[in-house]
Amino acid sequence: MSQPFRHPDRGRVDRTRPLTFRFGDRTMTGFAGDTLASALLANGVHEVARSVNLGRPRGIVTAGVEEPSAVVQIEAPFPEPMLTATTVEVYDGLVAHPLRGQGWLAPEPDSARYDAVWAHCEVLVVGAGAAGIAAAADAAASTGDRVILVDERPPRPSEVPAGVRLLTRTTVVGYYDDNFLVAVQRRTNHLGAAAPLEQARERLWRIRAGRVVLATGAHERLIPFPDNDRPGIMLAGAALAYLRDYGVLVGRRALVYTNNDTAYRVADELRGAGVDVVVADTRADAPAADLPGARLSGVLGDRRVTGVRVAGRQLDVDAVLVTGGFSPVLHLYSQAGGRLRYDDGLGALLPDGCRQRVEVVGAAAGVGLPRCGPPPMPEPSDADGRTFVDLQRDVTIAEVRRATGAGLRSVEHVKRYTTAGTAHDQGKTSGLLTSATVAAALGSSAAEVGVTTFRPPYVPVSFATLAGRDRDDLFDAARLTPIHDWHLARGAPFENVGQWKRAWYYPRDGEDMAAAVTRECRAARTGVAMMDASTLGKIDVQGPDAGEFLDRLYTNVMSTLAIGAVRYGVMCRLDGMVFDDGTVARLTADRFLVTTTTGNAAAVLDWMEEWLQTEWPHLRVWCTSVTEQWATVALVGPGARGVLARVAPDLAVDVESFPFMRWRDATVAGLPARVFRISFSGELAYEINVATWHGYALWQALMTAGADAGITPYGTETMHVLRAEKGYPIVGQDTDGTVTPDDLGLGWAIRKSTKDFVGRRSLSRPDTARSDRKHLVGLLPDDPTLLLVEGAHIVGHTPLGPPPVPYLGHVTSSYPSVALGRTFALALVTSGRQRIGERLYATVNGTLIPVEVTSHVLYDPEGARRDG
Amino acid sequence: MSWVPEQPDRVWRSAEPKRRYQVVIVGGGGHGLATAYYLARNHGITDVAVLERGWLAGGNMARNTTIIRSNYLWEASAGIYEHALKLWESLEAELGYPILFSQRGVLNLAHSPQEVRDGMRRVQANLLAGVDAQWLDPMEVAEVCPIVNVSPQLRYPVLGATYQPRGGIAKHDYVAWGFARAASDLGVDIIEHCEVTGFDRRDGRVIGVRTTRGEIGAQTVALSAAGHTSVLADMVGLRVPLQSHALQALVSDLLLPVHPTVVMSNAVHVYVSQAHKGELVMGAGIDAHNSYSQRGAVHVIERQLAAAVELFPVFARAHVLRTWGGIVDVSPDASPIVGLTGIEGLMINCGWGTGGFKATPGIGWCYAHTIAHGQPHPLNAPFTLDRFTTGALVDEHGAAAVAH
Ligand SMILES: Cc1cc2nc3c(=O)[nH]c(=O)nc-3n(C[C@H](O)[C@H](O)[C@H](O)COP(=O)(O)OP(=O)(O)OC[C@H]3O[C@@H](n4cnc5c(N)ncnc54)[C@H](O)[C@@H]3O)c2cc1C
Repeated sequence: MSQPFRHPDRGRVDRTRPLTFRFGDRTMTGFAGDTLASALLANGVHEVARSVNLGRPRGIVTAGVEEPSAVVQIEAPFPEPMLTATTVEVYDGLVAHPLRGQGWLAPEPDSARYDAVWAHCEVLVVGAGAAGIAAAADAAASTGDRVILVDERPPRPSEVPAGVRLLTRTTVVGYYDDNFLVAVQRRTNHLGAAAPLEQARERLWRIRAGRVVLATGAHERLIPFPDNDRPGIMLAGAALAYLRDYGVLVGRRALVYTNNDTAYRVADELRGAGVDVVVADTRADAPAADLPGARLSGVLGDRRVTGVRVAGRQLDVDAVLVTGGFSPVLHLYSQAGGRLRYDDGLGALLPDGCRQRVEVVGAAAGVGLPRCGPPPMPEPSDADGRTFVDLQRDVTIAEVRRATGAGLRSVEHVKRYTTAGTAHDQGKTSGLLTSATVAAALGSSAAEVGVTTFRPPYVPVSFATLAGRDRDDLFDAARLTPIHDWHLARGAPFENVGQWKRAWYYPRDGEDMAAAVTRECRAARTGVAMMDASTLGKIDVQGPDAGEFLDRLYTNVMSTLAIGAVRYGVMCRLDGMVFDDGTVARLTADRFLVTTTTGNAAAVLDWMEEWLQTEWPHLRVWCTSVTEQWATVALVGPGARGVLARVAPDLAVDVESFPFMRWRDATVAGLPARVFRISFSGELAYEINVATWHGYALWQALMTAGADAGITPYGTETMHVLRAEKGYPIVGQDTDGTVTPDDLGLGWAIRKSTKDFVGRRSLSRPDTARSDRKHLVGLLPDDPTLLLVEGAHIVGHTPLGPPPVPYLGHVTSSYPSVALGRTFALALVTSGRQRIGERLYATVNGTLIPVEVTSHVLYDPEGARRDG
Repeated sequence: MSWVPEQPDRVWRSAEPKRRYQVVIVGGGGHGLATAYYLARNHGITDVAVLERGWLAGGNMARNTTIIRSNYLWEASAGIYEHALKLWESLEAELGYPILFSQRGVLNLAHSPQEVRDGMRRVQANLLAGVDAQWLDPMEVAEVCPIVNVSPQLRYPVLGATYQPRGGIAKHDYVAWGFARAASDLGVDIIEHCEVTGFDRRDGRVIGVRTTRGEIGAQTVALSAAGHTSVLADMVGLRVPLQSHALQALVSDLLLPVHPTVVMSNAVHVYVSQAHKGELVMGAGIDAHNSYSQRGAVHVIERQLAAAVELFPVFARAHVLRTWGGIVDVSPDASPIVGLTGIEGLMINCGWGTGGFKATPGIGWCYAHTIAHGQPHPLNAPFTLDRFTTGALVDEHGAAAVAH
């Protein structure tokens, strides 16, 4: 018979919409509105899982998120591990499987979408039970405030108070500082395979609330007794919920086992639905009980309860419905920083004050809960090893006692020793039982023993939901220059530099990287070449104290810079180590344009702001990132002047009118531009800046203007080679946070005056001032065709000998060079400058390669090529 | 993989504080406990108390992601971490405690040409230092850990990885309890719920501590309080260059074995292993602001999970069960500070930041030596407090950019 335990007319499921699903190897039906648990129970299935360690059959204990036992694997429409059957809504085509404590992940990628939204409200009410609805209605009616009411269950026919925004199937999972709460909304799960792909399956709500009302209710508790984990044993309130909400009878003959009066309402209602009910009450003074002062001492049946031993008798039953009182749900309150106090009357924790604007109402505040004290704990017996406190973790009273017997006193230790409270439910129903067991064993009180810390999330949240849209292309959205499409069309591979995509090189037909880079280098050194340098960080520094400010951050003086001039600058951290380098141009008396390395732009701006905001708030300086406002094209090579003259006819480009380290406003290719005469290659070079939206036009104009000169676009690899030939370091490649300006041969960029700058004091420390520090030097392998591996180490002797082998440094950059007609490398080498001319060895995986130490400036050391 | 050993029937002996001890260790985390153990075992100094303000080893020791490796960049770091790793390799037998030490290997992924250079450099440095190290290309990465996404289409593709096969994980709580039990068996007093609130001094010398359980005299007071070191140091007017930050971590639900090793990625910031019970254990970077509160912000978790799903698409529908935070003590060069303080009678061990779990036995060994001899052990000699005055830093931050 189909659904033999479905009551003919009770419940709220939609009987006009039968649904077919599979559990294990059985195909069954349920109705729209069922959870997997209610549908299974309707079909008479109680055993739904095996326990993790002991392999004991396990059933359904609750009707909600606190479920400790009925954990299943979803297999279709898409695998999802470790979901509670009590919260999975049934849909057509659902395939689930019983689990033994561990789930599995789908090997194929999850094609579902996830997203996140922000919401702001004056009042957030969590929980749409009676107390929550009342609080929301109140708040909306009295003030007209924005009120959001959140509830974890599917929508119910009950009324939403006017003016309240209701979010259903939404669980608040975290409560952070400043009334910032995070909720997960399950939007399409309940549709199964019919879920529209373009709709986010789950959505993360980030809610900032003026005040919060927690109407999160209470969780019913078990009473520990031997074999209290058998399928068919569940909370009394859950049995009632299955009847009322789903029209499901959890058995035909039930024992209700209680320490409080709520059991009698359950018994009455079940009897009304045709169930035989015997009530056993642990209290002697329980006039309505069939069995007052009773103790449940044994359970018969293995995969399903068939009987109980209670009060000295044996009863045939197919369900045991337990209530050991209720614990207010205060996870979120505690996460918010709320204090909890133990209430003896409830045998549970109650809210006791919080620094955030939060209020707890209804059952969550203990209102209406039976004051029955904690569930009675069994006397020690040899059944302790079968009396469970944490079903999912298979933790018994005996195990908890073993922990205290071993010498542990803190519940935190007991948790870690037994693993109680560490499962998917994080001890929702077991936490207080564990504490009570510890208290009993130590002769202490539950109040003294306390509970373990509540931590987010309140319910498990899938990784993908928290990742939201930050996946694939949006994981860290790439930054592209305005000329990107051109590079793409030219077939350039790209290099990630920080968040940017930079063209790496531009292979012509059949060229590999080495060939392309050789050609590009040659063009830059002998003809004319150009590069998209738009990614360089650019910061506009303004204000009457801008010069003074830059003097404090750069090792060299910037305040003396003339308007129209540009200076290379180095910044150190407090420890005197190189942090970034770039140029500073003075635009007006109180305005500078600073460039940074591509990767460090944000870090430099942060650094500036940190100093301005925390140390020097009196300086009148304002910094703005203008990286993305400017497109920059570097025009490089002996032929650069001719090309520039052609596109900027009004600009005097001769050496006298436009000398090195100057900038000029100009019209370039008809576009308003700012041209810098600076060079990162040693060749005559200009960096032409135009508004971002003119970048593409500028690039094309230069390509056209330079066409007959064979203008050659080049990428970051060529840039690296050109600068390395000249010994120009790249911060982050030739430096690593342990390198001073002097180590790099940039001692000239450290001011001689006594005026302070960040890092100055550190540079005079004994170790920083040593002459035998590592210096940036050049290395020439004896074999001019041999390319050293970047990262190879440098030793002074051969053979290596056994470890630990002392070493002198490492290779930071290494390239074949067309200008030098051989390979070369840059390296940081101990006392490097004193070793010039020496023979050392580079070692990679134990092999040794002889090299000669040279100056780090290998090409045009006189600087003869600068002016073209 | 879901195997968890039976816990021993006996842990450490909880002691009542005596009036004075030869050595008082402040902080009952892994480091304090290991130090107490090696003081007794290696130096015969058993008149030792470990004072813990909360429950034993409930600080970072109970909160870390348990990654163990020794493939640090600089010789000084490789020295002390490799010493620790060698001790790890026999620690279970040494302590007679099941600590679930598992040498499943550690991968540090490289996602940019610069990370490739840095990784290659670290491998070479490790080989010269005698630390096992390999450079793997993306295909080899996939062989070691098939669930890592090595597709070139990745936003930051995996370009290779350093691999230390001897690295791995251990069960943090058991390590602490193993040291605690072994130390207390040798006569060390382990005193919980005993917070140090001040120091007693005579002629400048520290002669004892004030605690919530009374005054306790000591010939040597040895700080080992991780994220709260600056608070303690402040009580004796000692300035330490530490920044305390929250560092968060999280666990997933229990899963059948899916992740065979330990993977760390800096650029796509996440590190993850699968613990013995089957849960994924993950962490990422510190919360940026300074804090002494053991809670962090959720956007840090969101970012970490985006990174996890990016690198391990199979993790999409694993669930986060629990997030938490610890307070880590970050030094300017991301290396520890161990040794003398300039104040007689006071020793310091701190600055391990996000990566001190792996050092636990090694630092216990060396700090005990330092306390017993009044002189640094050669392996912690480079990690003096005065290196910030001399400038002889051991910069593992800028240079290697690998934490944990
Ligand atoms: C989330 C996270 C992940 C991490 N992951 C790793 C990892 O994967 N690998 C790794 O190697 N390291 C990791 N670490 C770092 C590692 O945990 C720490 O470096 C290490 O645990 C610090 O040493 P400890 O164990 O002694 O510290 P703790 O366990 O923090 O011990 C310090 C103790 O001092 C106590 N104390 C403080 N003040 C007082 C006082 N006034 N009186 C008495 N007692 C006091 C504290 O209560 C605490 O118990 C991680 C840390 C965190 C937070």
